[in-house]
Amino acid sequence: MQEMNNEKRPLIVAFCCNWCSYAGADLAGSSRLSYPADVKIIRVPCSCRVNPMFILKAFQRGADGVIICGCHPGDCHYTTGNYYARRRMSLLFSMLDYLGIERERTRVEWVSAAEGAKFSAVMNDFASKVAALGENKRLEDLRCKE
Amino acid sequence: MQKIGVFVCWCGSNIAATVDVKKVADVLRLEPGVVISETYQYMCSENGQALIRNAIKENGLTGIVVCSCSPRMHEATFRKTAESAGLNPYMVEIANIREQCSWIHKDMDEATEKAIVLGRSAIAKLKLNAPLTSGESAVVKRALVIGGGIAGIQSALDIAEAGYEVDIVESSATIGGNMAKLDKTFPTLDCAACILTPKMVDCAQNENIDIMTFSEIESVKGFVGNFKVQIRRKARFVDEKKCTGCGVCMQKCPSKKGKNEFNMGLNNRPAIYIPFAQAIPNVAIIDPEQCLKLKNGKCGLCAMQCQVNAIDYTQKDEIIEREYGAIVVATGYKPISLENFNEYGYDTYKDVVTSLELERLMNAAGPSDGHLVRPSDHKEPKVITFIQCVGSRDTSGCGKPYCSKICCMYTAKHAMLIREKYPDTEVHVFYIDVRTPGKNYDEFFRRAVEQYGVDYIKGMVGKVYEENGKLMVQGSDLINNEQVVIPSDLVVLAAAIEPNPSVRKIATMVTASIDTNNFLTEAHAKLRPVESPTAGIFLSGVCQGPKDIPETVSQASACAAKVVGLLSKDKLKCNACVAHSDETLCTGCSVCANVCPYGAITYVDKEFRIGGGKTETRRVASVNEAVCQGCGACTVTCPSGAMDLKGFSNKQIMAEVDAICKR
Repeated sequence: MQEMNNEKRPLIVAFCCNWCSYAGADLAGSSRLSYPADVKIIRVPCSCRVNPMFILKAFQRGADGVIICGCHPGDCHYTTGNYYARRRMSLLFSMLDYLGIERERTRVEWVSAAEGAKFSAVMNDFASKVAALGENKRLEDLRCKE
Repeated sequence: MQKIGVFVCWCGSNIAATVDVKKVADVLRLEPGVVISETYQYMCSENGQALIRNAIKENGLTGIVVCSCSPRMHEATFRKTAESAGLNPYMVEIANIREQCSWIHKDMDEATEKAIVLGRSAIAKLKLNAPLTSGESAVVKRALVIGGGIAGIQSALDIAEAGYEVDIVESSATIGGNMAKLDKTFPTLDCAACILTPKMVDCAQNENIDIMTFSEIESVKGFVGNFKVQIRRKARFVDEKKCTGCGVCMQKCPSKKGKNEFNMGLNNRPAIYIPFAQAIPNVAIIDPEQCLKLKNGKCGLCAMQCQVNAIDYTQKDEIIEREYGAIVVATGYKPISLENFNEYGYDTYKDVVTSLELERLMNAAGPSDGHLVRPSDHKEPKVITFIQCVGSRDTSGCGKPYCSKICCMYTAKHAMLIREKYPDTEVHVFYIDVRTPGKNYDEFFRRAVEQYGVDYIKGMVGKVYEENGKLMVQGSDLINNEQVVIPSDLVVLAAAIEPNPSVRKIATMVTASIDTNNFLTEAHAKLRPVESPTAGIFLSGVCQGPKDIPETVSQASACAAKVVGLLSKDKLKCNACVAHSDETLCTGCSVCANVCPYGAITYVDKEFRIGGGKTETRRVASVNEAVCQGCGACTVTCPSGAMDLKGFSNKQIMAEVDAICKR
């Protein structure tokens, strides 16, 4: 088990809003702009759909980093959703920091549908920062054993 | 017991080259609930869809997962496939293993493993899917066109021709846009006014078209089929219904120092004016900055002269509200400001002009009545130098990174027209590349060089300076590998074009996405080029990307076809993934209604049984499904967990998180 841990790839969950960032991720794909396979994307209608519970759940289940991507401020498909997300996440992330989940493991980024290159750059950067932190063990005790 | 079918697409080699599709199918077959797991070369093809349909029928599947391209590409396709086999279309989940897997990863093991995880996550979500039905909403059979240039005019005419009412809202005092300012048009050299003004008149005469000039969009609410738009009709101080456009007021007006916007500020106009002779509507407008009466209460000459009492100095802005089923954005372009390009001396020397200014200088209705003279001394220029790509294809950050697309052709046109009319004039053109894709375009450019002897110099210009009354254009000639200095009388800058600045505000109001250069983004670059990703918003003309007149007109007509297709429907299917409140949990706290951007949540008093034969009345949230757009803001805000979003429920997303984090 110990040996495996050394080779363990980081596990990153990315929540992407359907209108901007998920489309940006698609554009990164069709432009063949690579980023690590550690990043797994979950599609949500809007960044404001991301319930803090989802992030807690991800960390509890062993995610090493969670990133939320939405439309640029002012460009939200639903007008105001990303503003809610921004406020909510800044509170949540400082609470997580307090709990011992480092600030570098959480991030909010604005990526538009036209920013495939930005999406790829953001994911490369985030993945390398999370990898540098190593495995996230802070919530391990909370983990449900199966 | 659920019976799930998994269908893994090869997408030719697009997926199969990096993802071991057979392995993905084999692994996913072992997932609990999965009864069939197959691969096929092209799942979206007729045969692929038939495979899915048959599998659904033969196995009595309750839901399917398609591991393929992005759901933004083919989710609708596979939902239809499922529906045609008798399955609810919302019992379909897509695992995006192309754009978000095979195309970005190189290592086969890594990509295959990720594809399996994405597949598992889709299966986990699907297990919690419920069949959904979408409601219907009525379509307002009226379209709004924002912008009255050639793009807006063409879209409006086509929509009106199909029998639907359409309003054009234009921010300036007349429709016509930039095209009205042009002299001739490439590659046929017809006069711009001769082909544009009849269309403008058609707009004015078409009873389905209502033109609102000098008006701006104030706010947009609603959604596809049901937009509510507030329009600010700015005060023009002239009653549009009374004014006959006789022009007497213009002659009598004593204040004649306003810059003539139509002539790019090259000459002056009175404070009360009609933008140009063929303006639509042919109605005067008062410039409050210049009008003596409005500035200090003294004058009133125009009102005294007006035979029909059209002048109204007390006119105020008026806000009207109208409903539309579809909105066409056709806000057009403007040349960029040249403040970052001091080396060309645009602000310093009067005889350095932009191409759009040159159009006015060459136009028979322009400031010099079509006689090409220098702005400084009104003499005929003998040497004219054109500088291409001023701010286009500029990655330094001073200009725009993109090609403005129209400059090569209009410069060839200018050069040709000048050599034709003033054969003893020397014409030089500094260029980086000459780009002439288009029907008869390269032939046109070659004529400029071969027939009209225009001197094309490949190279960029370093600076423009004055010496002995001449404008010295210093640049490099890359072909002869030397520095050249051309003493010129007139220098013409092909300034890059950029989207009209108003487009940002409009994009925000209609929630259309915009790219880093402020061009509006289309729903799909190739397959849905005239639609915005936001349903009911359509893109016409340069607001979507640089284009010339023929392309703009084609796009405007394509846009109209899409609008007509939408307006021809009586009812639209609403989004089925809408919020839903569990009334037994709701405490009626109002938090959800506060965050709803659509006002879709209202509160109703409901009676609940509380046991012992008693009831109590509680205030609970109720979602108007026709108005809800499914963002999910309310679901996250709800403290009691009563609010949830169909199709993206808390449990579904949790299940996805779980599946992804399982190691």
